[in-house]
Amino acid sequence: MSTKIGDRVKRKEDKRFTTGKGKYTDDVRNDNQAYAAFVRSPHAHASVKGIDISGAMAMDGVIDVLNGTQLTGDGIGNIICGWAITSKDGTPMKMGAWSALATEKVRYVGDAVAVVIAETQALARIAAEAVEVDYEILPVVASTTAAMKDGAVTIHDCAPDNQIYDWELGDEAATDAGLAAATHVTTLDLTNNRLSPNPMEPRSAIATYDDAEEHYTLYTTSQNPHVARLVLSAFYQVAPENKLRVIAPDVGGGFGAKIYIYPEEITCLWASMKTNRSVKWTSDRSEAFMTDAHGRDHVTTAKMGFDADGKITGFKIDTVANIGAYMSLFSSSVPTYLYAPLMSGQYDIQNIHCNVRTYYTNTVPVDAYRGAGRPEATYVVERMMETAAREMGLDPAELRRRNFIQSFPHQTPVLMAYDAGDFPKILEMAQETADVAGFATRKAEAASRGKLRGIGYSTFIEACGLAPSKAAGSLGAGVGLWESAEVRVNPVGSIEVLTGSHSHGQGHETTFAQIVADRFDIPVESVSIVHGDTDKVQFGMGTYGSRSAPVGMSAVVKAMDKVEAKVKKIAAHALEASEDDIVIEGGQVKVAGTDKAMGWHEVGLAAYIAHNLPDGMEPGLKETAFFDPVNFSFPSGAFICEVEVDPETGKTEIVQFTAADDFGTIINPMIVEGQVHGGVTQGIGQALLEQVVYDDDGQLLTGSYMDYTMPRAADVPFYHVEHHETPSPNNPLGVKGCGEAGAIGSPPAVINAITDAIGNNDLAMPATPQAVWRAIQAASKSVAAE
Amino acid sequence: MDMTGEYRIAVPRDVVWAALNDAEVLKTCIPGCEELEKTSDTTMEAKVVQKIGPVKAKFSGAIELVNIKAPASYTIIGEGKGGVAGFAKGSADVVLTEEADNTVLSFTAHAQVGGKLAQLGSRLIDSTAKKLANKFFDNFHDHLGNEGPLES
Repeated sequence: MSTKIGDRVKRKEDKRFTTGKGKYTDDVRNDNQAYAAFVRSPHAHASVKGIDISGAMAMDGVIDVLNGTQLTGDGIGNIICGWAITSKDGTPMKMGAWSALATEKVRYVGDAVAVVIAETQALARIAAEAVEVDYEILPVVASTTAAMKDGAVTIHDCAPDNQIYDWELGDEAATDAGLAAATHVTTLDLTNNRLSPNPMEPRSAIATYDDAEEHYTLYTTSQNPHVARLVLSAFYQVAPENKLRVIAPDVGGGFGAKIYIYPEEITCLWASMKTNRSVKWTSDRSEAFMTDAHGRDHVTTAKMGFDADGKITGFKIDTVANIGAYMSLFSSSVPTYLYAPLMSGQYDIQNIHCNVRTYYTNTVPVDAYRGAGRPEATYVVERMMETAAREMGLDPAELRRRNFIQSFPHQTPVLMAYDAGDFPKILEMAQETADVAGFATRKAEAASRGKLRGIGYSTFIEACGLAPSKAAGSLGAGVGLWESAEVRVNPVGSIEVLTGSHSHGQGHETTFAQIVADRFDIPVESVSIVHGDTDKVQFGMGTYGSRSAPVGMSAVVKAMDKVEAKVKKIAAHALEASEDDIVIEGGQVKVAGTDKAMGWHEVGLAAYIAHNLPDGMEPGLKETAFFDPVNFSFPSGAFICEVEVDPETGKTEIVQFTAADDFGTIINPMIVEGQVHGGVTQGIGQALLEQVVYDDDGQLLTGSYMDYTMPRAADVPFYHVEHHETPSPNNPLGVKGCGEAGAIGSPPAVINAITDAIGNNDLAMPATPQAVWRAIQAASKSVAAE
Repeated sequence: MDMTGEYRIAVPRDVVWAALNDAEVLKTCIPGCEELEKTSDTTMEAKVVQKIGPVKAKFSGAIELVNIKAPASYTIIGEGKGGVAGFAKGSADVVLTEEADNTVLSFTAHAQVGGKLAQLGSRLIDSTAKKLANKFFDNFHDHLGNEGPLES
């Protein structure tokens, strides 16, 4: 039985995951294994005056204690940000030095100053406690508000006022004119709350140095092992690429946090050379809260103007974003090129201006987290649309319809050229599924039980499938964003696909196999996917930004095109037919309209035996392709959330959630629905529960699951998920990417529903019972005062 | 976090002042204090064991007396390092006022914690710090042979 695109194929990888046979980085154990524990600063900002390692070194089983001066002395380079942003005055962004182990200063709680290498993990940790660091405590800025104040302490000398860049996109004068001409202007102050990524598997690294070969092997929890090797080699000077193998085996979730190359991986590699031992480090959950790059953390003021018909005349956004203590790998691009270009949403807006200022603070670095910039943009656009509709007395769905882009391609004033979509259709689907017509009845029924029922929309677009390399390069990216694939047909006809994409929960071993099985009409079990090892797989860019389907699978398709062409030549030669008449179906390669055929496996065998190939043809059946998209892909969706709020306690229950998405062609609906479920759940977590809190001294107060609330099953409803497929014209499968949509679209839908229920638009995330209760009280006071 | 308190102690001010400057008395009164040694007239080194929420740690720290206006007031500053548990530091302005043969001791204290203590015990810090401050002054008060606190 062959498998087709669109089939609900069960995940091939789940047998090993559900039976405990997955092999994660921490499962690797080498001979000669030693363990690393990091000595971390308990202060958010301090000068390091001295490190006394004598107590730790005196302990039996401690192999070495290493510090930042030794690390930089050995020529290990500083950690860099890979996307150059230029301020509107033409000055480059101000990137402060970030050494894997701090040398002179620590800049956030958790900043590593030394590493203990010991015979056991427990001993390494005990010895790390015995390392005495002499800190001279400095004043702290723990928020962008504090960082912006006159006289605030400087975190990096290159940025005396802590500002990294002051950047803009769009035409400010035209936007001001558009707002001036408006008959109604909606203004909102919005906060996008800071989040901790919380992948189920914490970060881990095991580095082994082979002194005979001068070769390093690194097992690590990475979403992009080739990028890790490139950066470790070219920028951190750990070793040349041919002397460094990076393996990302099974990885238990990433959400962006495992894109970056962190101090711990670099330190483990270097320490393995220093000690000539295999060095292993696995983060515990407290370290993960302290050191995994956080997400979001924006403060925004937005103004949107409308004419008398409810058409948008101008949209102006002013955002301050927190970068944290150092610039992480993609940190500069998230609040700029992954944010402002999304401000047109699904709407035909002629005038948009977005200004973004970013600041250093004494907090852990902030970088991409599921959606990366696009959830922040969507939250601004969709809160504005809903609020404006209420202020103008219009149905929120109707206001959106009046402004929807109706024809494609569509060029926005903020860089993006949308290629395809059908926004009214998706909204209509969502409204039908959500039974919007019956909402008034449900609201009345809820009221009879003393509950406030509300409904909220979010109609959103995302730019996925990162990305055309040339476009990314022109915007400052330091790398290309293509993807690679090798399709290797074995002599028995089974197939291995080597992909530069990386699966850490996405189900690539199933979906990538599915497109091959569909193309060559063979069982999905005959196809294996190989990924995550730089020694096995050709260079690839990895998985983030919902790019594995639109970019990674497209490379597989291009390689399959080459395989198919060769198969047809081999079969045409053997069957004495024209290659134009050869078709591949039912496990056979046949001459169309005849009974002349070879089995699929016979063609493979013929290619490798090479007794009867066309003159001049090379033996073998293995093809490589690189795919560089010509545009982003633009998934879009309409989410409708219904909530019931208890006015006495402020507790919100999400009673109904409808997600209608346009992901283009769907390879495996079951996996796509899983991605939507997970993404929406993360978005609900942001909207209702999650919030990283630092106190004014830069101490992380949400350092465990006692204080940082993740969504649980009881916090979410059973989702209604619908699909409408308008294929992307820019890749061979017509796919758009589905990994981030749920997290991008859902927070404003939830908040719009709560604000509808309570009759107060002034509500920030997370909408905890306390926050909602206060908003209810504020609304009733303002009514009483009128 | 800031705390204030006031105690009436039925001994003359000079006696209270002397006790406040006596390392042995301080050692007896500081909750969890295992060692306390004077390193000069105004500085001491201490080892204190404390449990805050899930974190138990031995703090090694320095105590310093500043703003000394004998026998009326001083500021006592303490800073302790608890290894991987983080750090705690605090200060208290202590004022002694004569009232007939009695002494009124009033204090304003400020405490701050960092590292794992802040991450895991932040919700418990306020109540723990209040408890410890009160415990110290209760002990001190009892040490001088007095009845319960006037106000705390």
